[in-house]
Amino acid sequence: MKEYTYTETKDTRSGFGAGLHQLGKTNKNVVAMCADLIGSLKMDNFVKENPERFFQAGIAEANMTSVAAGLTIGGKIPFIGTFAAFATGRVYDQIRQSVAYSNKNVKICASHAGLTLGEDGATHQILEDIGLMKMLPNMVVINPCDYNQTKAATLEIADYVGPVYLRFGRPKVPNFTPENQEFKIGEAVMLNKGTDVSIFATGHLVWEAIKAGETLEAKGISAEIINIHTIKPLDKKAILDSVAKTGAVVTAEEHMLNGGLGDSIAQLLALNNPKPIEMIGVDDEFGESGHPEKLMIKYGLTANNIVAAAEKVISRK
Amino acid sequence: MDNKYTILELTDIAKEIRKDILLSISEAGSGHTGGSLGLADVFTSLYFNILNHNPQNPNYNNRDRLILSIGHVAPVLYAALANAGYFSKSELLSLRKLGTRLQGHPGKNHNLPGIELSSGSLGQGLSISVGLALSAKSDKKKWKVYTILGDGELQEGSIWEAAMSAAHYKLNNLIALVDRNHVQIDGQTNKVMDIEPLAEKWKAFGWNVLNCNGNNIAEIIDTYKIANSEKTKPTVIIAETVMGKGVPEIEGNYLWHGKAPSKEQAKLFINSLR
Ligand SMILES: Cc1ncc(C[n+]2csc(CCOP(=O)(O)OP(=O)(O)O)c2C)c(N)n1
Repeated sequence: MKEYTYTETKDTRSGFGAGLHQLGKTNKNVVAMCADLIGSLKMDNFVKENPERFFQAGIAEANMTSVAAGLTIGGKIPFIGTFAAFATGRVYDQIRQSVAYSNKNVKICASHAGLTLGEDGATHQILEDIGLMKMLPNMVVINPCDYNQTKAATLEIADYVGPVYLRFGRPKVPNFTPENQEFKIGEAVMLNKGTDVSIFATGHLVWEAIKAGETLEAKGISAEIINIHTIKPLDKKAILDSVAKTGAVVTAEEHMLNGGLGDSIAQLLALNNPKPIEMIGVDDEFGESGHPEKLMIKYGLTANNIVAAAEKVISRK
Repeated sequence: MDNKYTILELTDIAKEIRKDILLSISEAGSGHTGGSLGLADVFTSLYFNILNHNPQNPNYNNRDRLILSIGHVAPVLYAALANAGYFSKSELLSLRKLGTRLQGHPGKNHNLPGIELSSGSLGQGLSISVGLALSAKSDKKKWKVYTILGDGELQEGSIWEAAMSAAHYKLNNLIALVDRNHVQIDGQTNKVMDIEPLAEKWKAFGWNVLNCNGNNIAEIIDTYKIANSEKTKPTVIIAETVMGKGVPEIEGNYLWHGKAPSKEQAKLFINSLR
C-alpha cells in the first residue's frame, strides 16, 4: 500500500478561498459573488483585494445565480459562493434554465456540503446536491478531497468554459495531495494499485478510503483506491479498467446513495460489466445536529465501514 | 392573551431566558448568540403575555401559532419554550448535541413540543404563515399566526412573494415581526444589501405597518395588541432591536451573529446581564 502522509489538516473551503485569491491576481475576467457568507466561504482575501470585482448579493441566492448568468454574457467568469444547500436546491430552476440550459460560464462554489457541517443540523446538511447537479446537461460536477486539490480545482475551472459545480466542506481534514498539483477535470486519480477490490471515493471519503486500504492490507486484502474528484464527466475508462482487474467494487461518498457517485458507477457497470458493488453513503434519511466525527460514525461513513463493505463485496464475487 | 405577569416580572423572565441562551450555546460550543439575545424581549412578550397557548397541551387546536422563519435563533425559542413549561430546562443543555431534540435549527422531525415547523433556510416562514392564516380563515378560526422574520432575511425575494399574497388574501390574522437589528453575517444590513425604505415597502405591499422598540417589553405588548385589532390587512411590526442585547460587551456587534461564547465568557456575560 502506497503511503500517504500529511503535515497538517486544513479545510477544503480554505483551498477554494486560496484559489480564488490567486485568480484575483491572474485572471482579470474572474469576478465573485456571495450571499452574505464571505467569511464562511473564505472569500475575504479576494473581496479585500478586488472590491470592484466582487458583488455582494445579500441573502438572495436566486437573484445571485441569475445575475451570475448575466455577468457571463458580458464576458465575466463569475464564481458564486454560498452553502451547498442554498447553492443548489434553493435555486434549482435558476441553475437549470439560466446556467445549465443556457450553457453559461458560471462557477457554482458550494461550501459546507454534507454531514460534516455538523451542529447546524439537517436544514443545512445537504446530501442531495451531487445528484441534483449531475442530472443537469452541460454541468460539470467536482468534489475534491482536500485543501490542495480544492485549490487546484478552483484554478482549473476558471480556464474551463462552461457551468461547473464545485463542492467542498467545512471541517479540517488531512491535506495529503501534492501542493501545486495539476487538476484535470474528468480524470480520476489512482491512489493505490490493487487486485482484490476497487474502492472509488470522492470528497472527504477519499482519506477514509486510504485508511481503509491500510487496514485491508494488514488483513491480506489488496485494494485499488481511486479518487473520483470529478463525478461528471465520470472517468469511465479508469473505472472500467480497474473493475476488469478486481471484479469487486466499493463506492464511498458523503452524500445520499440516491443520486450520488455510487449511483453513477453502478449505472456504468450495469451497462458495461456488472460486478458486485457495495455503497457507502447516506441511505434515504436527513442528517441531524452533532459533532461531525460522531455524525460520520452514526451514518456509517468511516474507514471501518469501507473495510466492512470491501470484505462483504469480495465475498460476493 | 393574559396579563398574568407584571412588566417587572416579564423583565425578570427575559433575563432568565438570556441566561439560558448563554448557557445552552456555550455548552454546545456553537450557535447564534447575537440574534437570540436580541429577541429575548420579543419572545418573553409572546410566550408570557400575547400568545394563546398551553404548554401542557402543545398541539391543542385553537392555539395561536408561532412561526420562526429565522431558524438560526432557535436558542431563544427553546429557552422561551422551556421557561414556559413545554419541557424541562435541563434539556436546554443538550442543544446541538447528537441525539438531541434541540437541533441547531428547529427540526420538526425531532418532536420537540411547541415546534410548528423546521426552519433554518431563510425566507420560507412568511409563506408558511400565509398558508396557516388561510387555513384559519377558511375554517373561521379565531387563532392567529405570529411570525418572526430577520431583517437580513428580507433580502430573500420569496418574502415579498409571501407579502404580496398575504395582503391579497386580507390576512388580518397574520402578524409578522421583523427583528430590525440592522446587522447580518457580513455586516451592516444597509452595506450588504439595503432594504430601506422598509416601512414604505411593506405599505406598498398592502400591509399595516407598526413600529416599536423590540427591546422594551411594555412597548412590544402594546404594539401586538394594536396589531390584533386590525380588521383588513396583515400587520408587520418593525421592531428595533440590538444584536446581543443585554450583554454590554457584545451589543450591536455583528461578529456575534453566529459566534458562541466559551464557558468562561458565558459566566462573565451572565454576571453582566442587565
Ligand atoms: C436561504 C439561506 N441563505 C443563507 C443562510 C445563512 N444565514 C444564516 S443567518 C444569515 C443572516 C441572517 O441575517 P438576519 O436575518 O439579519 O439575522 P441576524 O443576523 O440579525 O440574526 C445567513 C445569511 C441561510 N440560513 N438560509
